[in-house]
Amino acid sequence: MLAADRKPVAGKRVQLMVTCLCDAFHDDVAAATVEVLERLGCEVDFPEAQTCCGQPAFNGGDWHASRKVVRHTVRTFSSGDPVVVPSGSCAAMMFHGAALEFEHEPDLGDIVALGRRTWELGDFIVNGLGVRTWPGRFDATIALHRSCHTRGTGTGDAIALLLSSIEGVRLVEFGEGEQCCGFGGTFSVAFPHISGAMGELKLEHVRAAHPDVLVSGDMSCLMHLGGIAAKDGTALRTLHFAQVLRDAAAGLP
Amino acid sequence: MRTQPIDRAAACLPKETRAAVYDGAKAGHEKRTKLLFDHYADPNRLRALAGEVKQHVVENLDRYLPALEAKFLENGVKVHWASTAAEACEAVHSIMRARGATRLVKAKTMVSEEIGLEGYLRERGIESLETDLGEFIVQLDHDHPSHIIKPIIHKNRRQIAETFEKNGLGAYDDEPGVITRRARQYLRHKYLEADVGLTGANFAVAESGRIVVVTNEGNSRFCLAATRCHIALVGIEKILPRDRDLALFLNLIARSGTAQQLTVYNEFISGPRAPGQQDGPEEMHVVLVDNGRTDVLATECRDILRCIRCGACLNVCPVYRQAGGHAYRSVYPGPVGAVLSPLLLGKRFPEKADLPKASSLCGACNEVCPVNIPIPDLLLRLRDRAHTEGLPSPGTPPMGAWALLATQPTAWKAALLGGRMLNHLPTGLIPVPALRAWESRHVLPRWRGGEFRKWLKMRRQ
Repeated sequence: MLAADRKPVAGKRVQLMVTCLCDAFHDDVAAATVEVLERLGCEVDFPEAQTCCGQPAFNGGDWHASRKVVRHTVRTFSSGDPVVVPSGSCAAMMFHGAALEFEHEPDLGDIVALGRRTWELGDFIVNGLGVRTWPGRFDATIALHRSCHTRGTGTGDAIALLLSSIEGVRLVEFGEGEQCCGFGGTFSVAFPHISGAMGELKLEHVRAAHPDVLVSGDMSCLMHLGGIAAKDGTALRTLHFAQVLRDAAAGLP
Repeated sequence: MRTQPIDRAAACLPKETRAAVYDGAKAGHEKRTKLLFDHYADPNRLRALAGEVKQHVVENLDRYLPALEAKFLENGVKVHWASTAAEACEAVHSIMRARGATRLVKAKTMVSEEIGLEGYLRERGIESLETDLGEFIVQLDHDHPSHIIKPIIHKNRRQIAETFEKNGLGAYDDEPGVITRRARQYLRHKYLEADVGLTGANFAVAESGRIVVVTNEGNSRFCLAATRCHIALVGIEKILPRDRDLALFLNLIARSGTAQQLTVYNEFISGPRAPGQQDGPEEMHVVLVDNGRTDVLATECRDILRCIRCGACLNVCPVYRQAGGHAYRSVYPGPVGAVLSPLLLGKRFPEKADLPKASSLCGACNEVCPVNIPIPDLLLRLRDRAHTEGLPSPGTPPMGAWALLATQPTAWKAALLGGRMLNHLPTGLIPVPALRAWESRHVLPRWRGGEFRKWLKMRRQ
């Protein structure tokens, strides 16, 4: 899935792509991402004109509409600095999906260039900046859900590496970890029965491992799983890994 | 909000059936993964290599098909070309007619399902009997296979015992050993009575004109040993360039399909019985079946023609596990079927244009595919095609208004703030149908649009 010829990271200026989900629902994840990047010495630029990566229409089959949004995104993130996004799904849209829907478009080159410098947050920290440990302390048993769009990328291992390096964190495995949570964007609306059954199955496996918190690099999965759990009346604590990193290092100089 | 046909089928699937499908698929997947990773340091390199070999074949069919035909003829095999299902059925029928044959025993072949051979022959007074145990049970039940290699994955042994009892194969007994013995006894005579044995081909080698059939029950071998005429139905995409490519593909198909190092029976057939040979049919025919494949070749989804029908993508697919194979209304279900089945329909694509929607695009299918088919990409291409052709898609919200909003930053920011009204609306009044539908199974998180941007501004001051 990952662009093989990714542009190496030079310098510490980054552009934050916050994702439409965090922009609308999960502001704390967005804020945590900023704090984590700044702790690493990054100068975080937030292009105000950003909206969405274009994935909803891409997955929905309306590539015409999706391309309009991707073009807007390319214009918005026009500086040559790396683009960092706290979502494996949006990152994959930029380095894989967009290239697919622009295959026959004259501006394919611009899309590919943006994809080459777009990084999921954990991948950026570990494989872009070369940081392999995280300071501070976070006392919790964590189940890490590896989101599907990070298959074949360095993201899942990067997040696991960072989390397991934090003092007090205990990572637990759970059954059928390779299976999807069932969100899939509009899939969860058009296929409510199957999507719900997949979510419940994932929750069953996660709960069997008795974690204190379910962590992921994608808020879409967590919104789906947390939303089902809350509807059942059996709330499940969910956190984006950026929140864990921020909270672990809170109070450190 | 209307939902998709496959979702409605999944919702209606009896619990017992769903459990059978789920457990069978999961077990198949887990054994396969263990075997592949125990035996090979980097199975993903093998998958990539096998994918390149098949892609090369698919893109050079114009060269490989005549080469294969020439080898067949050289080996004494009669070759029939069938561009449609009807032509393929007719080819089989005419071979049988010429021999005055009325009985045919069949090893497992998906192409025969695809062309509807059994019904075609039945209407013409010819009995064609399935000899693969799963397919035999499906035939007794007047059912359809729901999995490419485990046709009765949707049945449990109690149901099978009932089927046997109903069909006079003995009193109810759901002991698997008893079921197998009874089928064997019944079929043994049928092999001897039949004049023609029909198989598919897992591979057809262009270099040698050899066809390869892999099975685990030995039924294909009986079909070939007991009959005087062998007909092989071969999809035109089944070609491998060289005999030596079989080393790669036999290792992959057994591990991917049934989690075996090698299937129990591997037939390498390079023609009818030669002078001096004691066994084998005296006549051999190959029917090369197109039936929509060249139409697929003309699309950007031609990668799907690499498929070697191992069923690994079905086993790992969370949607298949919930919905079962019949939900796909096609001979080929699951992720591969969601791509292949609508494409094989050619101009009738709209009839199955909903199949590519039946995926969360999780990519597990691509990860297990022994020929590395980028199935999610192909599903997406077909979604774009369906949308471009203006086909309806229940449950998919229209994206035009969203695209307009997402290309105008000022409007976007206003919407971020305006969305807060959602926090104060009763569920039934949420003006976005997709959100309202979502709310029926989830608690929606609170709308916090604009909060992050405000926080960042404060922090920067």
